[in-house]
Amino acid sequence: MTDFLGVPIPVLLGQLLLGLINGSFYALLSLGLAIIFGMLNVINFAHGAFYMLGGFVAWYLLSKMGLGYWWTLFAAPLLVGLAGVIIEKTLLKRLYRMDHLYSLLLTFGIALMLEGLFRHIFGAAGKPYPVPALLTGGINLGFMFLPVYRAWVIAVSLAICILTWLAIERTKLGGYLRAATENPALVQAFGINVPLMLTLTYAFCVGLAGFAGALAAPLYQVSPGMGSSIIIVVFAVVVIGGMGSIGGAIVTALALGVIEGLTKTFYPAASSIAVFVVMVLVILIRPSGLFSREA
Amino acid sequence: MPEPALLNVSNLQAWYGESHVLHGVTFDVRKGEVVTLIGRNGAGKTTTLRSLIGVVGKRAGSGTFKGVDLLKVAPHKVARLGIGYVPEERGIFSKLNVIENLLFPPAWQSGGMSVNEIYSLFPNLKGRDSTPGTRLSGGEQQMLAIGRILRTGADFILLDEPTEGIAPVIIEEIGAALRILKDRGMTIILVEQNLRFAASVADRHFVLDQGKVVDEIANHALDANMDRLNRYLGV
Repeated sequence: MTDFLGVPIPVLLGQLLLGLINGSFYALLSLGLAIIFGMLNVINFAHGAFYMLGGFVAWYLLSKMGLGYWWTLFAAPLLVGLAGVIIEKTLLKRLYRMDHLYSLLLTFGIALMLEGLFRHIFGAAGKPYPVPALLTGGINLGFMFLPVYRAWVIAVSLAICILTWLAIERTKLGGYLRAATENPALVQAFGINVPLMLTLTYAFCVGLAGFAGALAAPLYQVSPGMGSSIIIVVFAVVVIGGMGSIGGAIVTALALGVIEGLTKTFYPAASSIAVFVVMVLVILIRPSGLFSREA
Repeated sequence: MPEPALLNVSNLQAWYGESHVLHGVTFDVRKGEVVTLIGRNGAGKTTTLRSLIGVVGKRAGSGTFKGVDLLKVAPHKVARLGIGYVPEERGIFSKLNVIENLLFPPAWQSGGMSVNEIYSLFPNLKGRDSTPGTRLSGGEQQMLAIGRILRTGADFILLDEPTEGIAPVIIEEIGAALRILKDRGMTIILVEQNLRFAASVADRHFVLDQGKVVDEIANHALDANMDRLNRYLGV
């Protein structure tokens, strides 16, 4: 058997792989969005902009300062996380007690400003970023050719998602975080520095977005619009998985990446709306999301 | 010579947003004492406790504990001085089971009780480790809320209406536990509406009215002053 429903198997597998890659980026981003929503009660519209920022940090460090890929992969989340600390401490934390709408508008504004600023400085055109030497080439699996860099993206994204999930669901610190979403004043009365914890949570999550941006740089070109083109899908992922459900965000992200890939194979015209069709169905059937705790 | 006060609250004022709730609360608590704050609903009892641990935003005056002014301490550092807070709504985490709730607050001082000691103080909690915290009865949740503070090594406990909405049998058990804690040298501020319960554990009573301490009555003089007290409480 060399084809499935008229599609050659290698093509199908190739699309599945692309779907998994996209899903990996959706996962890194939606994971952070879900945590930020669950813990800080903020709909972080700037998440795509931080992803873009991570890509630009990686590109800038490599092309202007000669720093290698591995360094940029390390520096991008750190610098983006630092930007997150500044934004959380100066702006976002003033809005925690207010309606979601305020932080949504604030972060949307930040996203527009960042994107506009980068377009102004660097232009709209994409910046190429070479695949690091260690991760070039590919492996012939017999049934398909697997580029090493793509395998690396999937593996490292999955590892980070799982580690983050474990840290939140299975560690003492994660327990403090979860409890702080339920009763922050009491957690603070038990001697835990809740404001610091929230700052670091935000920094960590936008740092993840920055990491995803740096990881994406060799695959897609780095451009000011890369954040806004991915963020809407990522929001759909979080809505489908259930706002605030961390495990749900990861699973949904990968599944939707694959669904998108398959749609591209069988009915390319619908590929860009596949995710939103799923979102509409989920909202109709289970409005609080597939993995939310309240049914 | 009387013991010097462990906590000295002086002219404590507090605001919720624009509304001025405490208008100068003054009282003291000596080491090993059980002191109650009594008064009508809205007199400022709960707000007094919340002001001391920094949950209320805007405060003035002072609350000196072991030489440190609590009003100048960051809210998350109050517990580290050995102050344990048991809120009125008990604050049991619904996503955690009994043992997780019990182990939740970090122990900041040595000398805290072990889980087994807590279970022998509150036998109702024993064998319930994996029950979700909020599935316990109100009284058991109260025991859990007190128990988890005892693990932290806190030697000064702020207890907000532990008897509210709780069956009389359980109230007696909580009262017995508080007397044991007192014998162990624990200092306690008890916010209470239930005068009979308050009288069974306390050394002194401070009467709050409209955000101020208006009277102080020693427990042994309670009967003699019952008329005066009833006037304050409006019963």
